[in-house]
Amino acid sequence: MQSFKVLTATAAPLPMVNVDTDMIIPKQFLRTIKRTGLGKSLFFEMRYNADGSEKPDFVLNRPAYRQSKILIAEDNFGCGSSREHAPWALNDFGIRAVIAPSFADIFHGNCFKNGMVPVVLPKEQVQQLMQRATEYPDQPVTVDLEQQEVRAGNLVFPFQIDAFRKHCLLNGLDDIGLTLQHGADIEAYEDTLKQTQPWQFT
Amino acid sequence: MTDKPRTLYEKIWDAHVVKRHEDGTCVIYIDRHLVHEVTSPQAFEGLRLAGRKVRRPDATLAVADHNVPTSDRALGITEEESRIQIETLEANVREAGIQYFGMNDKRQGIVHIIGPEQGLTQPGMTIVCGDSHTSTHGAFGALAFGIGTSEVEHVLATQTLLLKPAKTMRISVEGTLPVGVTAKDMILAIIGHIGTAGGTGYVVEYAGSAVRALSMEGRMTMCNMSIEAGARAGLVAPDDTTFQYVKGRPMAPKGDDLDKAVAYWRTLPSDPGATYDVDITLKAEDIAPQVTWGTSPQDVIAITGVVPDPAREQDEGKRAAIARALDYMGLTPGTKMSDITVDKVFIGSCTNARIEDLREVAKVVGKNKVASGVYAMVVPGSGLVKAQAEAEGIATILKEAGFDWREPGCSMCLGMNEDRLSPGERCASTSNRNFEGRQGYKGRTHLLSPAMAAAAAITGRLTDVRTLGH
Repeated sequence: MQSFKVLTATAAPLPMVNVDTDMIIPKQFLRTIKRTGLGKSLFFEMRYNADGSEKPDFVLNRPAYRQSKILIAEDNFGCGSSREHAPWALNDFGIRAVIAPSFADIFHGNCFKNGMVPVVLPKEQVQQLMQRATEYPDQPVTVDLEQQEVRAGNLVFPFQIDAFRKHCLLNGLDDIGLTLQHGADIEAYEDTLKQTQPWQFT
Repeated sequence: MTDKPRTLYEKIWDAHVVKRHEDGTCVIYIDRHLVHEVTSPQAFEGLRLAGRKVRRPDATLAVADHNVPTSDRALGITEEESRIQIETLEANVREAGIQYFGMNDKRQGIVHIIGPEQGLTQPGMTIVCGDSHTSTHGAFGALAFGIGTSEVEHVLATQTLLLKPAKTMRISVEGTLPVGVTAKDMILAIIGHIGTAGGTGYVVEYAGSAVRALSMEGRMTMCNMSIEAGARAGLVAPDDTTFQYVKGRPMAPKGDDLDKAVAYWRTLPSDPGATYDVDITLKAEDIAPQVTWGTSPQDVIAITGVVPDPAREQDEGKRAAIARALDYMGLTPGTKMSDITVDKVFIGSCTNARIEDLREVAKVVGKNKVASGVYAMVVPGSGLVKAQAEAEGIATILKEAGFDWREPGCSMCLGMNEDRLSPGERCASTSNRNFEGRQGYKGRTHLLSPAMAAAAAITGRLTDVRTLGH
């Protein structure tokens, strides 16, 4: 997995509550068998007209935000389906961090599996960042995972993050590899289960 | 183990801890893993690249559902990407030795319908699938939740997940549901009450006399939509209704094993005095048939209500969200919900495509016909549901009424196959999500119960099923 330490980049404001995973990446792009290539379809219906041309007003189509690597969003970002295609699409576009007052659980977890950071900040701090990103798109925002801080000009906002997930992100660690270190524990668990709940194995 | 009274969720959690890390992260054993074509190819690819094997193919069941056509199966899949995705699943399960219900197997169907139908879903289990509606299986008193593809790979490789315990919420519905009000109305009312993010971070236990009185089908409908309230999992304590349903199914325990299993399952319900982080009670008598007006499942109202007015909302963010939703839905504030006409009716999905749902539809339809100008489709949840509905005469009633009787799959719940709304089309749908574009680009979805969908099909508009005299 790609590691994440410090990211300084343009932040795109997306002032909408309940942005669902169908909005982030609609169904027609879920037929892929790859993790990559979804960036061009990110936010498809908000980003493109029916004829395939870009909607010039959509934030990621505006020249100042085309290179954004950070997204500033509102409550319950990523609600809906479990499709990991949502973080894949963001990642493929180049967005490595999303800052919001709250996230849907499955999307939140999926980000960590892809070297991306979902940053939760209080609503008023997100509003300040949103306003700043809207007014000064050329002023970058820093997401510093090591220090657990978001910095933008004079604004410095500390954030909380699960220590284990932080450790995995900083070091680009693969969860499966870590779990397989407990292979003996898993085997012991299964041996007991065969005794106590034999019906599970028939 | 402590003597502290535990909830159903806490008992299942404790029973599945393989290893507890100092920071509280646990390696949790997963008893059953359901796999479908859309969220698994990248997981199998990941395994191959890392040289890893599927740890327990015997605890895994695969099916193609999201992408399959619901028209004549003999014609195969014409859409190339869909076909490749299903062929990829078939190659992956063959290589790993995982049981698979192919497109022409009568047991094929929506992953959350076939698990319970086959008896794979059992109380006390941990069950996962790369699909957010995995919460459905919680109806059996199992801990079941949706996972992303990376976690699918993790489960395939290790039969475990790395998790931290969730917070607990109990939602009790007490009393008797009024005539014409169903499990779907209960869960929509709950989502309206706590909001689409009200359950985020929680596992919800549904309780109370109205929930106890539900059939397994009704309980599945409720647990299915837990995720629409933000809760990854919802569950109902297992009881005799549960055991009766599980008994005799192909993958259920038999003989002595069944007795042992039932004895264990009886220990699972929450202990008296167990506490929850949040405890909510609703009165069943207060719930009317529900229907959504907006683009989030929380945008829900009684059929007797009117389209809300954003101007009356104080919160700026919410006002903007309502205005955006009404614009998308093409609705005017103050319009009676029962005056809204529909173009299509969709009866199907993992929320409402079980035999009981189809029986309710047939009961409401009776000898009536689908209103002229309305296209109404029924997509049974599985081949077995379809066969049963045909044997019971339900299919005949619906076909004679003018419904399109289809092959099983996820179909227009998410429109990955050809079943989609056209731009501007309005649909009364028994599915679970009314997001923008969910059922088709610029399609407009109103979520409701199967009985209410049947009523809409007959009258051509959103209709209070209670006014039809059933």
